Amino acid sequence: MREFLTYLVNGLAVGCGFALIASGLVAVHRVTGVVNFAQGMFAVVAGLSASWLLGVGLPHGVSEVAAVLIATMTGLLTGLIAIGRRGTTPQSSLIVTLGAGVLAYAVEIFVWGDQPRSFPGLPGSLTVAGVGVQRQHLLVIAATAVTFVLLSAFFGRTYLGKALSACASNPYAARVVGIDVTTMGLLAFAIGGLLGGVAGVLVTPLRPISFDSDVTLIVNGFAAAVFGALTRPVLALSGALLLGVAESLAAGYGYAAYQTEIALGLMLVIMVVQSTRRATVLEEST
Amino acid sequence: MTGPPTDGGTEPAQGGGPAEAARSGGTIEVAGLVVTYGSATALDHVTLSVRAGEMVALLGPNGAGKSTLANTLSGIVTPASGTARTGGRLAHIPEGRQLFPDLSVEDNLVLGGWRSRARDPSSVYDLLPRLAELRRRRAGVLSGGEQQMVAFGRALMSRPDVLVVDELSLGLAPMVTRDLAAHLVALNRERGLTVLLIEQNARLAFGVCERAYVLEAGRVVAEGPCAELAANPQVARAYLGGPIEEATP
Repeated sequence: MREFLTYLVNGLAVGCGFALIASGLVAVHRVTGVVNFAQGMFAVVAGLSASWLLGVGLPHGVSEVAAVLIATMTGLLTGLIAIGRRGTTPQSSLIVTLGAGVLAYAVEIFVWGDQPRSFPGLPGSLTVAGVGVQRQHLLVIAATAVTFVLLSAFFGRTYLGKALSACASNPYAARVVGIDVTTMGLLAFAIGGLLGGVAGVLVTPLRPISFDSDVTLIVNGFAAAVFGALTRPVLALSGALLLGVAESLAAGYGYAAYQTEIALGLMLVIMVVQSTRRATVLEEST
Repeated sequence: MTGPPTDGGTEPAQGGGPAEAARSGGTIEVAGLVVTYGSATALDHVTLSVRAGEMVALLGPNGAGKSTLANTLSGIVTPASGTARTGGRLAHIPEGRQLFPDLSVEDNLVLGGWRSRARDPSSVYDLLPRLAELRRRRAGVLSGGEQQMVAFGRALMSRPDVLVVDELSLGLAPMVTRDLAAHLVALNRERGLTVLLIEQNARLAFGVCERAYVLEAGRVVAEGPCAELAANPQVARAYLGGPIEEATP
């Protein structure tokens, strides 16, 4: 039982990282209709930046915040490339984000090298219900919870958040009322960069990160985002936690080599069941 | 609902409620306007004008270019040549309402004030009390008439001097259309709001407007006082189903 609880907490922490990636995907897709496959790259940039900044002597806290800002700027730059040109379709933008992610490999290797990097997170552990839990795991879970609460308040309560939601709801109407949809899209990419950056600085102490770590992050983040239909952050959070826990349990009980496959297989089954249920509801309502 | 003046139009009026529209005197001046979509010409050297405080109809069949003209005035469509200017702040009620269906009625209204930075919908609630009752409801679940009322209120949130209404009657019951038209007429007569009413329902348009333009295949093919146009056999046949004795709202 103790083992199970340990794996569960580890899984929740890893899932929170996926949830932050997924929420970035959802934020960008809701506003622009673009599936941003460069989302994992933002986490990698933040993780590598934080490791480098700590290495040159900046203190903890400052390094992480600076790394998140670098990821936010990377998000904005990706947005400029992907949607900055008027009339670019979401499909074309998706391809551009894929290209930006691949291009980033070269930049990351040039700047930080090709070896995995990490940095120490919160030291020590706490005992919760008789189970030793790393403080860093608790930090990841708490930071993710705070981030989701802030995101919800931003989109639901603030004028700017509502304008972003309006762009997602009806881009033509948003333009009619005078909202600059492209600017809002760039803001969404910057928010995506910020969320990816938060994921990167939180997860890197748990899992060393290298230039190609974005693949694992985006695969899991995308699966979680699809679980939330690319529009519902809370469902995406649930999907991400499920993925994280499934991977952790698989690794913990001796199937480490297949943890990603097991988790994604589970997600596939859930999505098939979900889509079948939706189809039944649609049939019954027509 | 607001749109910038296109091609060098005057600056939008600042501040004030709908009552100030009469003082600011909104106008529309379109001259030699050409709009193309690829190789297709949607508007072909269109010229029209609406004076301050006037209520003018724009009639035409589907595909005539009416909505393109509205979108050009709003700044959503860029003209190939010619000018489309508005004097004062323009608000646009687009065809098919075009609300934010996932947002509440109040959020729809408040976003209508995006350009004018108006955040308080109380003046709209005073004018359209039904919207106050619906303010917490999601716009997407309202009836067609209620949605049109929200679109109407959202446009008023921008404190317009000029209102472009694209297909007020589309998909609405006659009684609902009459109620909304009555609000429009009241705003025009009591507050001096300049109105360009884009309609396929010529009876409605001739009943509430002083003048009208007829647009076909991107060109203005007729214009003049509504009474004269209603008496024109070609216009009557095309838009009124034959000659009529009197146009009624």
